[in-house]
Amino acid sequence: MGGFTQENVGEFLGILPEILMVLWASAILAIDLIAGKAIKRRVLGLLAAGGTLGILLITLLAQPAESQVVLGGLIRNDLYTTVFRVIFILGAALTCLVGIDFKPLRAGGEFFTLVIFSAAAMSLMAASNDIIMLYLATETASFTLYLLAGFQRGDRLSAEAGIKYFVFGAVTSTTMLFGLSLLFGLSGGNTNYAAIAQTVINPVLRVPVVLASLFVLIGFAFKTSAVPFHFWAPDVYQGAPTPVAGFISTASKAAGFAILLRFLMYTLPPGTSEPSLVWATLMQPLAILTMTLGSLFALIQTNAKRMLAYSSVAQAGYVFVGVSALALGVANRAEALAAVIFYLATYMLTNIAAFAVLGIIESRVGGTEISHFNGLARRSPYLALGMTAALLSLLGAPPMVGFVAKLIVFREAIGANLIGLVVIGIINVLISVVYYLNVIRAMYVERTEDEARPLYVPTPTGMTVMVTAAAVLALTVISTPFWELALQAARTFLGGL
Amino acid sequence: MNLLNSNLLSLITFLPLVGMVLVLLTPSSAVRTIRWGSVAFSLIPLALSIVLFASYDQSRGGYQFLESAVWFPQINATYKVGVDGISLPLVVLTAFLTPLAMIISTNIEKSPKAYYALFFLLETTVLGTFVSLDLILFFVFYEIGLVPMFFLINQWGGANRRYASFKFILYTMFASLGMLLAIQVIGLASKSYDIVYLTSSLGRPFTGNNQVNFFGWDPTVWKAVAFLAFSLAFALKIPIWPLHTWLPDAHTEAPTGGSMILAGILLKLGGYGFFRLVMPMFPDVFGQQALLGLTFAELLALLALLSIILGAFAAWGQNDFKKLVAYSSVNHMGFVAMGIAATGLALSPNSTVREIDAVIAGNGAVLQMVTHGLSSAAMFALVGVIYDRAHTRDLERYGGLWAMMPAYGAILIFCAMGSLGLPGLAGFVSEFMVVRGAWPVFTLFTILAMAGLLVTGIYILKAIQKVLHGPLGEEWHHHKLPDISFTEILGIAPLMGAMLVLGVYPPLALNLINVGVQGLLR
Amino acid sequence: MANFPILTLIMVAPLIGAALILLLPKDKTDVIKVTAAAASFTSMLLSLVVFLSYDRLQGGFQFQEKTPWIPELGISYHLGVDGFAAPQLLLTGIVMFAAVLVSWRQEDRPREFFAFLLLLVAGVFGSFMALDLFLMLIFYELVLFPVYVLIAGWGSKRREYAAMKLTIYLFVGSLVAIIGILALYFQAGNTFNFFDLQSGVAKLPNTVELQRTWFLPVFVGFGVLASLWPLHNWSPDGYAAAPTAVSMLHGGVLKATGAYCALRFGVQLMPQGAQYWMPVVVFFAMGGLIYAALIAFRQTDLKYIIGFSSVSHLGLVLLGIAALNELGLNGAGLELFAGGVMTGLMFALVGMIYERSHLRDVTELSGLIRVMPLAGIAFIIGALTLMGMPGLPGFPAELQIFMGLWNASATPSLMFPGATNGWYAIVAVAGILSVVINAAWTLRVAQRVYFSEPQHPELLKLPGLDPLERVAIGLMCGVLIVVGVLPNTVMSVVQAGVQTIVRGLTTTG
Repeated sequence: MGGFTQENVGEFLGILPEILMVLWASAILAIDLIAGKAIKRRVLGLLAAGGTLGILLITLLAQPAESQVVLGGLIRNDLYTTVFRVIFILGAALTCLVGIDFKPLRAGGEFFTLVIFSAAAMSLMAASNDIIMLYLATETASFTLYLLAGFQRGDRLSAEAGIKYFVFGAVTSTTMLFGLSLLFGLSGGNTNYAAIAQTVINPVLRVPVVLASLFVLIGFAFKTSAVPFHFWAPDVYQGAPTPVAGFISTASKAAGFAILLRFLMYTLPPGTSEPSLVWATLMQPLAILTMTLGSLFALIQTNAKRMLAYSSVAQAGYVFVGVSALALGVANRAEALAAVIFYLATYMLTNIAAFAVLGIIESRVGGTEISHFNGLARRSPYLALGMTAALLSLLGAPPMVGFVAKLIVFREAIGANLIGLVVIGIINVLISVVYYLNVIRAMYVERTEDEARPLYVPTPTGMTVMVTAAAVLALTVISTPFWELALQAARTFLGGL
Repeated sequence: MNLLNSNLLSLITFLPLVGMVLVLLTPSSAVRTIRWGSVAFSLIPLALSIVLFASYDQSRGGYQFLESAVWFPQINATYKVGVDGISLPLVVLTAFLTPLAMIISTNIEKSPKAYYALFFLLETTVLGTFVSLDLILFFVFYEIGLVPMFFLINQWGGANRRYASFKFILYTMFASLGMLLAIQVIGLASKSYDIVYLTSSLGRPFTGNNQVNFFGWDPTVWKAVAFLAFSLAFALKIPIWPLHTWLPDAHTEAPTGGSMILAGILLKLGGYGFFRLVMPMFPDVFGQQALLGLTFAELLALLALLSIILGAFAAWGQNDFKKLVAYSSVNHMGFVAMGIAATGLALSPNSTVREIDAVIAGNGAVLQMVTHGLSSAAMFALVGVIYDRAHTRDLERYGGLWAMMPAYGAILIFCAMGSLGLPGLAGFVSEFMVVRGAWPVFTLFTILAMAGLLVTGIYILKAIQKVLHGPLGEEWHHHKLPDISFTEILGIAPLMGAMLVLGVYPPLALNLINVGVQGLLR
Repeated sequence: MANFPILTLIMVAPLIGAALILLLPKDKTDVIKVTAAAASFTSMLLSLVVFLSYDRLQGGFQFQEKTPWIPELGISYHLGVDGFAAPQLLLTGIVMFAAVLVSWRQEDRPREFFAFLLLLVAGVFGSFMALDLFLMLIFYELVLFPVYVLIAGWGSKRREYAAMKLTIYLFVGSLVAIIGILALYFQAGNTFNFFDLQSGVAKLPNTVELQRTWFLPVFVGFGVLASLWPLHNWSPDGYAAAPTAVSMLHGGVLKATGAYCALRFGVQLMPQGAQYWMPVVVFFAMGGLIYAALIAFRQTDLKYIIGFSSVSHLGLVLLGIAALNELGLNGAGLELFAGGVMTGLMFALVGMIYERSHLRDVTELSGLIRVMPLAGIAFIIGALTLMGMPGLPGFPAELQIFMGLWNASATPSLMFPGATNGWYAIVAVAGILSVVINAAWTLRVAQRVYFSEPQHPELLKLPGLDPLERVAIGLMCGVLIVVGVLPNTVMSVVQAGVQTIVRGLTTTG
């Protein structure tokens, strides 16, 4: 790639946020190594979070007016990418903040480094325009997450979680790689999405293309924890350090969807060929299974972490409802995609808040059973309030933003004539009332012996919870600009088809 | 003065409420002020009602002093008041009895403030019922009246007051529930609650265009049902046998003042209801077949007869002085019912009753309401007087008290004679007119009722004999009973005067009543 | 004046009050209470202004405010009141003000208590004025949370259980209603605007089937809050546990919200569904009346007795709504208002007894008229209102409700073609009976608690009512008497609203 020419600078501007993230992550690591014990973890964490938020600002400022393809077609830098970058960076910053005071996570700078690294890789996933970039970014993101999941040194469960995550991840990514290579071969050696799209349209190739796309889909299903590739999720969430579990369940899931849409929509645009019809049709059963099984399993959990894990599976199911609308709808494609983006963004905020509270409970009360939430309303009313807001938003109760998000997704699904899907979705929402309320009940109704003692809430985590909870409420009121943004991102995305 | 004239009825009706507020604003410690202030205040409505009486134009007849205002347009109910020859005497009676009952009640010690406040409230509701010319307004006053009466019995009554008060209010309320349902249907049928309209040929419910279509019943059934619903409520109030069972309890347990109002006025609401509502709204029902081959009118007459006879026998059987007087009300009010039956039958189409008979019977019934109001109030006051002194109502324990209480004895005999129907006193005229009017209509019943009059004489004489004559009751040898006091005489003497005046010169009331009854029959 | 956002102000005043209270230091309890009283007084006064200046001749929705809010979802900030809602605003203001006054002795965390109370009231006000269903839902849910916290945090016996039970019932009810509303939303043009939705639903080709399908979820979902039998079960438990002010607001006002929403967003949006399903509603409303009458006899806990009487009161309201004609709806509107004040009054009185004696059982109380005569009189007024005693507003309300039912009994049944709803007439008869039975029991209780001979000397040493309590009681009794004697004060407004509703029922039906 020659030297730094004028052009090259422009090329690199396209991945400026990722570059900055990598640099900042390295800087954190360096500071930690150099300063050693001289610098407190808290300061380091605040630095990491503050820096990432700074990068977020730069990302927004550096957003190009039009979508551009850079780095020799590897990267597509458009509003869609930017929106997902914002989601990942925000997720990383919040995770850093929550991680600062999470006691079992006795780590120093490397935790923050890994989180930021991971976010950078996820950004690249969203930006990928080429199967090579797709695979590289996905693997990088996955590896950082494997490490993070097993980060709780000395904890058997955490180590097990890391291994389990790794094993399942490796198997599915191998499958995905197989599918990708099939496509590479079928398209005559093309790696670029657009180029592949033009070749696989050939009806002669329909059977192998279907196979290949299914293999790739398995990889995405793993990332998004879609049923039946979800079974790693509860174990990994339970074992992983809670802030990491929060990160995996939100940012990583969003990244999975980001790349799923990018890849499938760009290589097999719905309605153009039979293979595209296959994946588009598959989205519906995937949504139904994911929602329903996630909800039903969440119903029987007594451990809050596992419950949230299954709930996040179910949430993925609702996103798949939106994806189905996108894949099967005709008139409202942009709206459906925007609904998916909006849902993922709001879900990220909400779930991180929930996991942050869970983290406090785990480190201060001593466990993640639902019974550990008992009497929280007495010990720390504000924390309980924040958790309630988060849970209600996950449930989709007005006036939380979760309601708006679900409403939009369902509306677009109905717009795409998927009424049965919406009915099943609503039934699942009703089921979810039980398990979300269960936690609220524990916090507000159940008593505990030490309920008179106030619970110590570390400031960064407390602030994170309050800010996200407030955002969950406030976003309902001021959702319009965000929706407009998502819609515009969706339009640029579809414009690049 | 114009304002006063055009709002005279409202003024009379609501002045007692002003009295109530004044009483409530007086400090509880100013007991004397409350008692005598109330009495004095209650003279104002009395004075105004006399003005009303005097300025009612008898030659013109009909409803006068009409007032109407928007009140509850959603169901076509208006605030409409007015008086005619039937209601005006009762208004005067109410305004007349209230101060007297208040005077008699001046010996009440238990929170007189609440007592007099309730009394004023009671007066307003009774006056309101008599002057209402809107069915809903009528019902409102009619029902609210139960509340102060309930509390008067419940709080100031005798030993068994709880039971009596609940029996009183529950009986009356359940009876008026039927009326309420009928009122609802009438409102839907005639789309008006104006009594003048409802009792006109145009507005009578279930006739002409004024129909409803519920249960698939035809108009005749509805008429009969509504007639029954109203009749039941009013018959219970009068009371007519066998609906009278609440009365002995309520009258016996009520405080003296309460009993006076209860017997003197509240019972009249029942009779008045027949005259004001049942007869003119459902004139043709009286002649319809009811039970056992009897028409409704005959059935009513039969029950009236039973009231007269059984009431008299029941009174005879009592050894409790107050209960005796209470049952005497059943007996006397039976004549009111008899008069109503005769008049009602005359109203139905194809009736063979001569109008003159009906007019006489009707006049007699209304007059009987007035005279019974006077005599029963007096009797209850006298029972109260003796009870206050002897603390017993057992006739067996009295005896020979005339010597000890000569003034009381004289007054008791006078009033008992009035109640008995001695010629020259008011009761005679009215009962004679009822019997005279009903004779051609229900000859057999009338003969039997006159036999009942005999028993009336017996129980009255029994009471006089037990209280005043014979050997002095043992306990009174050492326990001297003071004679009737000036205050008590003040409360009873006007009643005696009125009985005498009406007995000697009945046209004073009858001319007016006749205007009303004639209007009804026309 | 025309553009003065008075409705927003009514709703925001409690919010501002709550915010101010939270900013105050904990120990300034007097300032906190005065702030709460001032905020609720402001709302009451403003709602009185709305009530009085509502143009009765013009009718329809007035004082409208509309600003786009989330246009992509067809959501706007849209407020307005019609004649049906305006009295309910006033009711909310009155009961709230009285509730603050009787809570003056709240010593346990008063700051949080009053803040939550004000939050609750803001939600109630909002629910009554929202003309955008989304906005309404937000207000509706906004109410549930403070109620939960207030009962669980400040209640008495079994408060956590009761609070949770109540919240779950109401929350699930609201979800069911939301599903119905969403179904309309999706099919009738993706708008939450009441008027657009109304015309959108009416214009659909399959409108009859649609309305018949979705009417029940919406009506029943909101009906839960109006303690529609047999989904009323949360109500007596909840009230028994709740602190006085919350019982007052919940029994008096919040239930009214449920019935109001069931009418506005059930009946008005889906008149044909309403006409089809109304016999069912009548049946269950009647069941509630009879049930409340029967069960009240077995209760000796004062709060339960009042709780069941509020079930009975809402049963009447639902009957009036179910009549679907002008008389019935008129009656429902008045009953909502009057019954709300009555329930608030009764709960306040029970609270006063409990606060002083820590007794709530009828058998343990006696002769209280000696220490609190005003309370005894007020209790009688409340019981008589419930009973439908003429001269008190229960009478005109019940009269109209049952006359409405009589009239409705002549209409043909859509559910069973060929039949009429003739049995409504029996309901009218039975309804009047059960109301009287229930109320007779309440009267009996009043007799026992206040007017009996004192059997426990220690009860005679209880303190009497303080001036603030007198004001609260006097205010509510005064309202009852004025409205009872002159029903047209409220009815003229209600009627103006009802006529519009009825016109909607007949033109589309």
